[in-house]
Amino acid sequence: MLRLPRAHDGDAGKGNGVIHPDSVQHINVKVFVAAGVKIDVADAVGVFHRWIKDSVCPEMLIDVAEYRHVPAGPGILLIGLEANYSFDERENRLGLLYNRKAPLDGTFEARLAQAHQAALAACDLLEKDAAFGGKLKFDRSSLEVFVNDRLLAPNTDETWQALKPELAKYFPNAAIERRGEPRDLFRVAVY
Amino acid sequence: MRPSNLQWKTRLGDRVPEPLSSEIDVFENEIALRKQGKIEDRIFAETRLRRGAYGQRYDNGQRSDGQTTRTLNYPDVPTKGPNTIWDAPGMQRIKIPFGGLNAPQMETLADLCEEYSDGIAHITTRQDVQLHFIHIDDTPALMRRLAAVGITTREACGNSVRNVTACPIAGVCREQTFDVTPYAKAITYFLLGHPDAQSFGRKFKIAFSGCKENACGLVRLHDFGAIAVTREENGKTRRGFELWVGGGLGPVPQQARLYDEFVPEEEILPISQAIARVFARLGEKKNRNTARLKFLVSKLGIEEFKKLVAAEREILPYDPRWTSYLKDVADYKEEPLKPAALLQIGQPRPEGFEQWHRNNVYQQRQQGYATVTVALPLGDATATQLRALADISRKYMKETVRSTVEQNLVLRWVSEADLPALYTELKHAGLATPVAGTIVDVSSCPGTDTCKLGISSSRGLAGELRTRLAAKNAEMDETIGGLRIKVSGCFNSCGQHHVADLGFYGVSRKKGSYTVPHFQVLLGGEWGNNAGTYGLAIGAVPSRRIPETVDRITTRFRTERMTNETFQAFIKRLGKAECKKMIDEFTAIPSHDEDASFYSDWGDPREFSIGDIGVGECAGEVIYPIDFELVACEREVFEAQLQLEAGNVEKAARMAYESMLHGAVALLKFRFMFASDTPDKIVEDFRKNFYDTEIFFDPFVKGKFAQDFFKANEEAGTIRTAEKTHQLIEEAQLFIEACYACHARMTATPAKVTA
Repeated sequence: MLRLPRAHDGDAGKGNGVIHPDSVQHINVKVFVAAGVKIDVADAVGVFHRWIKDSVCPEMLIDVAEYRHVPAGPGILLIGLEANYSFDERENRLGLLYNRKAPLDGTFEARLAQAHQAALAACDLLEKDAAFGGKLKFDRSSLEVFVNDRLLAPNTDETWQALKPELAKYFPNAAIERRGEPRDLFRVAVY
Repeated sequence: MRPSNLQWKTRLGDRVPEPLSSEIDVFENEIALRKQGKIEDRIFAETRLRRGAYGQRYDNGQRSDGQTTRTLNYPDVPTKGPNTIWDAPGMQRIKIPFGGLNAPQMETLADLCEEYSDGIAHITTRQDVQLHFIHIDDTPALMRRLAAVGITTREACGNSVRNVTACPIAGVCREQTFDVTPYAKAITYFLLGHPDAQSFGRKFKIAFSGCKENACGLVRLHDFGAIAVTREENGKTRRGFELWVGGGLGPVPQQARLYDEFVPEEEILPISQAIARVFARLGEKKNRNTARLKFLVSKLGIEEFKKLVAAEREILPYDPRWTSYLKDVADYKEEPLKPAALLQIGQPRPEGFEQWHRNNVYQQRQQGYATVTVALPLGDATATQLRALADISRKYMKETVRSTVEQNLVLRWVSEADLPALYTELKHAGLATPVAGTIVDVSSCPGTDTCKLGISSSRGLAGELRTRLAAKNAEMDETIGGLRIKVSGCFNSCGQHHVADLGFYGVSRKKGSYTVPHFQVLLGGEWGNNAGTYGLAIGAVPSRRIPETVDRITTRFRTERMTNETFQAFIKRLGKAECKKMIDEFTAIPSHDEDASFYSDWGDPREFSIGDIGVGECAGEVIYPIDFELVACEREVFEAQLQLEAGNVEKAARMAYESMLHGAVALLKFRFMFASDTPDKIVEDFRKNFYDTEIFFDPFVKGKFAQDFFKANEEAGTIRTAEKTHQLIEEAQLFIEACYACHARMTATPAKVTA
């Protein structure tokens, strides 16, 4: 017979000592939809199915998941093997989120650049897609960068101190601000 | 492989207790060995299933895009099961015994769904949590993080004792006989990994209920269902359980049989062990379609089954765990955080509070406390919402949260005076939808969204119904508002459609060269009385027209209902012929040119197809005789139901059997232009050409439906009871569905496979 213990405290927000930027993986970039844009996000379902059919992304694309029924949720996701793309609605702010799942070689800067370029490329494709009738516009100067791994990069001061110079180097002309509470993923706003 | 996966073991250290830590190490090694090809894929498949790591749609590397079936170009590495690609996303099922959750557990689930899944934690109809789109390489780290907060995924899937369910309001229920929680907990950990529960032919489901009348435990659809009862003996109140065995849903639903009116509390664990032994020894092993306990109980008869269990009980070696937990049962209780306080009449109430209070708040047996239901749309919660709930559970209660089989969460021990403030916080988190237990609160299995077996989009339909019904919610009277809708993507019944007022399960129909998504409509299932009655199918309706069908049925109930008449009584009074008339006008399928929307499913714009085989492009409208013949068979099954309803048992059985014969004839004629008119010869030809060749095989249940047909042929002319005839009608319905599916497979243009 197995006996399970009373739950311990979770790991959220606990520092992990020294953070090495080049060991950080799973960098996510969210590009927000421009202010005032009104689109029907449901149209993205058909667009993403078409992207799978036409293999429009460098990643292997697998499926579409739809969560519009959940308020401020992950929205509509295009599930890939190496990364997911989504029309993300977290915090009720619509944007295109690139969620890198597979690890990448190279430096933090190279990984950030990959995620950023992938997100921007997806934004370009979506803006041109006839499904949105020319109404969809992204504000490429309004981003969030996440690290989707609490062990490699918890949302702590240590991570912030380690990654801030790298982020500032990559976004030299932007303001960068740490966001969220300790339990959240490490997240910065770039604007 | 995420770089952090290997680091979690060091990071968590001894917070992952034994034996879970060692078990996860073993699983991690098995993953490595499988990648090296040193474990057979079928062995690895069962290994991961017993850890809750399940397959997901398209994991065979094939996916229809609506026109063709394409090969998904996964890297060439060993499979994780027969025909199951290693890198294909899978589902992780997480057992939550009796639905009990605390704040750190919810926070961990939140973290995991963000980091490894798609940002959503899904509550199932067995009080489990499921995460989708999980990579198998990530599962050991995920399991360690769960184990560190007291959760195991062990035996969440596979041929094992599944999550033990119980009333989510056990302990606070006004009608309960006593709190079943400690018993559900005890049996969970007694049977988890127990040697006598490791060699079943199929899964084994256990449920506990605090009373007979309400539905929360759904005891009568379980393999082992226990209802709390007491007896007065020698001036003392003695606790025990009314025990039911051999219930189940699935393709052949069966109500559990009464095993004993009173099993004393000290006997419930040893009896469960004896039943496990009998099931392991005598249950079917080769044919998984007849391997559930319900088939063994039916085959032996309940009296013989009881004798065998009693004999097994006699020879069980004594185990102190049978009763050691009982010394703590009397003292078992959850405690509130805040003092009891009633909601004051003059207390300010936020906008929307009244409706929420009416639907989502349950007054506990403990005066001054309430249990609040958080109605989750389709059972889905985001990571942010789970963290908000963790905070709320610390602020207002002592983290006393439970998941429910209706895919919701309940917050127990809320001081009533806190309800307005709690409502405001839930509303801020998007968790205060005032629809708990109403017709809007539709339950659904994952269906074609992620399930490999799904035929139609159950979540797509459930979401559409939820949206439409929510728009009318405020103006709906209680007659309609109190009905329940449950949707399954196929006949396997994970959405529990049999016990809904309005139940639906996914099927398909051919229209020319197209396949059209449909749902079978079931009316009159009973949620109350521990799932006391199962609904019967009245016909299949195209998916697109199900919302209108719901509208028609509910409107008729509202306008023609007699005083205090229940929906079940109303449906019974109407009779099946009249019920079928209600839906007849919705069964027509327009041509593809007239309305192409009928040819795709809810929430999925791809042209509908069954399985991964794309249906060929339309080469003009071709109607084969078989299209008409199978419709006629369906009608015969329906008429058999009417005969049974009228008490003509013998005629009903004959008609059900003949409908199966005619279905077989239709397929034989379609394939060979000719069929015998002698039943035995029809069966012989069908067996040779459709069963032995496996053309008729369903991807999931294989030859089960054909075997039902053969059995019906063997038993033709024998006298059947009404119950046996009811079962034969169910089998005939499914056999005809299988004929439709077989025909669809035979007429589908061979898929053009493109890389």
